[in-house]
Amino acid sequence: MTAVAVRVDNLGKQYRIGGDRPAGELMAREVVSRLAVAPFHKLVGAARRLWTLPTNGTAPRSSAPHHIWALRHVSFEVPRGQILGIIGANGAGKSTLLKILSRITEPTEGRVEIYGRVASLLEVGTGFHPELTGRENVYLSGALLGMRKAEIDRKLGEIIAFAEVAKFAETPVKHYSSGMYVRLAFAVAAHLEPDILIVDEVLAVGDVAFQRKCLDKMEDVRQRGRTVLFVSHNMQAVTRLCERVLLVSGGAVQEDGPASEVARRYLLSSLRATPTATWEDPRTAPGDEIVRLRSVRVVDESEHTIASLDIRRPVGIEMVYDVFEAGHVLVPAYHLYNESGTCVFVTHDVAPEWRGRIRPCGRFTSLVWVPGNFFAEGVLFVWASISTHRPFRNHVTCRDVVAFHVTDTLDGDSARGDWDGNIAGIVRPLLTWTTTSRALPSSIHHAHQADP
Amino acid sequence: MTKDLEQGAAIATNILAKGVASLDSPPPPVRPTVIEASRGWVPLKLSLLWEYREVLYFLVWRDIKVRYRQTLIGATWAIIQPFTTMVVFSVFFGRLAKMPSDGMPYPLFAFAALVPWTFFANGLALSANSLVHSGHLITKVYFPRLLVPMARVLTGLPDFALSFLVLLGMIWWYGLLHSRPALAWLPALALLAFVTSLGVGLWLSALNVQYRDVQHAVPFLIQVWLFATPIAYPVSLLPEPWRTIYGLNPMVGVVEGFRWALLGRGNTPGPTAVASALAALAILITGAFFFRRVERTFADVI
Repeated sequence: MTAVAVRVDNLGKQYRIGGDRPAGELMAREVVSRLAVAPFHKLVGAARRLWTLPTNGTAPRSSAPHHIWALRHVSFEVPRGQILGIIGANGAGKSTLLKILSRITEPTEGRVEIYGRVASLLEVGTGFHPELTGRENVYLSGALLGMRKAEIDRKLGEIIAFAEVAKFAETPVKHYSSGMYVRLAFAVAAHLEPDILIVDEVLAVGDVAFQRKCLDKMEDVRQRGRTVLFVSHNMQAVTRLCERVLLVSGGAVQEDGPASEVARRYLLSSLRATPTATWEDPRTAPGDEIVRLRSVRVVDESEHTIASLDIRRPVGIEMVYDVFEAGHVLVPAYHLYNESGTCVFVTHDVAPEWRGRIRPCGRFTSLVWVPGNFFAEGVLFVWASISTHRPFRNHVTCRDVVAFHVTDTLDGDSARGDWDGNIAGIVRPLLTWTTTSRALPSSIHHAHQADP
Repeated sequence: MTKDLEQGAAIATNILAKGVASLDSPPPPVRPTVIEASRGWVPLKLSLLWEYREVLYFLVWRDIKVRYRQTLIGATWAIIQPFTTMVVFSVFFGRLAKMPSDGMPYPLFAFAALVPWTFFANGLALSANSLVHSGHLITKVYFPRLLVPMARVLTGLPDFALSFLVLLGMIWWYGLLHSRPALAWLPALALLAFVTSLGVGLWLSALNVQYRDVQHAVPFLIQVWLFATPIAYPVSLLPEPWRTIYGLNPMVGVVEGFRWALLGRGNTPGPTAVASALAALAILITGAFFFRRVERTFADVI
């Protein structure tokens, strides 16, 4: 039986980017007169735009320079009961696809048919309100994710128990630890019973135990013959969970096939990842109303951007971000992943200057140094994120935002020594070995010499 | 460690149990949900609103629960706002300016109008900003977006009920509390205030997504509207036919209707009330269609 769960046909999504045309060169007189009438021009333009913008299906738009296709000519089918992995670099169109399938945004062209009840988990704790208690948030979030009140009534005890927050069920979640918050949020999601589950990997950002719980849950869903669409960067998770993977790149499906094969090709293509990422336009930069990321880069000791790192040298990872809303404690962090998708480490800013302090508005630059002789060879992918920890709120998470290549040396002064073969391990520290010696007791020495 | 193992075992049993259960799980529905680009004007899909009524319920419930958390005097705020305005009006318009009040005691005259007005104005202000404030939901989960401004206006109902009780208390204190058939009109008048608030809220909330100018204009709009509505003064200051035209401001019908129904004085609803009801309906319907038309861009623009 190969009933179709999701059918995507020639899907496309176009976004409008940029704003008014550049002003060009103007004479002073013109500048003055333009300033005077500009607000009216803007109003008229706005009114006109408002009527034309929503008709986002009109074809001639495609050639206009202010429009880009985030997704185009995407077609695929997902049979019922399949776990489909969707991978791709940042900006490849994964999120757009996810948002269309979740009915959050409309496509510009094409069509999707969905057979069955859909639940999409695009964030941890959809609809959670910090002032509400744990129990109240279960109801709110459950209802938003598509559960009926009667269903929540029935499952409430189970959800609270699963999240291990029974003692705090009547406490506002703003007093929860981030672990409790995430557990409760996930418990709600875990008790949905959709025919089709759409999961963003954002869910898998958390501690290891939580990540495993997520993966176990999807395993569980598959066992029950449900369909899962799983967007991920985590190669291990994709290859472990999904039979089939779509590689999305440049807004199109580049590869569609068995997971391990597509995952390998994806890694090859993502080696082109860059050591810098910059967002010129603060409105579209990743983040929320509180903080937005402006740039991330990988630097050497003299703070020059580098794409390739000598294994012996320290490396700095710098993020520049704008705080728009004062009064929040913000914790910048990096996750570093190696080529096989293993998280090498996570580092939070624990420096005393801003730890636990609320930030004023302004532009901040946070730089962390990783000592030399630490990484193993290969490509390291950096995820940059900024969160508030109590209560937990993730403001930005940029996956694979920058990457750099670590190269070992044959000079003999790295952990490799004089060995020129492969070395296993996800880190390659240069450790201090000590060896002491003393003379052999003469009995052993003689016995050894006599032996052959 | 042992805990992890236990959990693993629990998950495994779960999988097994549910795996068996899935054998007799129902086949997927035959009619698919279709996602396509919509163009131009789109139907309101009122049936969808009904389907998602529980989401509306929880959104209202959330706002009511959260509203007065971490305040000292809680729901008393619901009364303070119209009551203080009434006192100010009574002093400046009633006493100093000697404003006529159609034979009613001026404080009562003002308060009977301020109770529905406050419901309207707060509903309008909250719903105008509702979509922008719910950006985190709109970009993360699907539900009919019309529910967002709708929930915000409904959130004002408990406040409205509270201040209405205070109003009844005041009428009793003035010894004017009598049962009269006109009272039966009150629910309809409250509905008219709701419809007006929601209608304007739909327009403004949808516009606000694209142009944040709206949130700066709203307080100003409410202030102007307050004086364009016969709250501090009686509508009888205006001669016909201006009075009927004046009724195109739906709040004229609401405010005059409240005074008439509760106090039995003032103007019996006539052409003015009809004009108000029609205008409110027109605002609501156009607002709903406009909202639906621009709704498709919310998640991209917000």
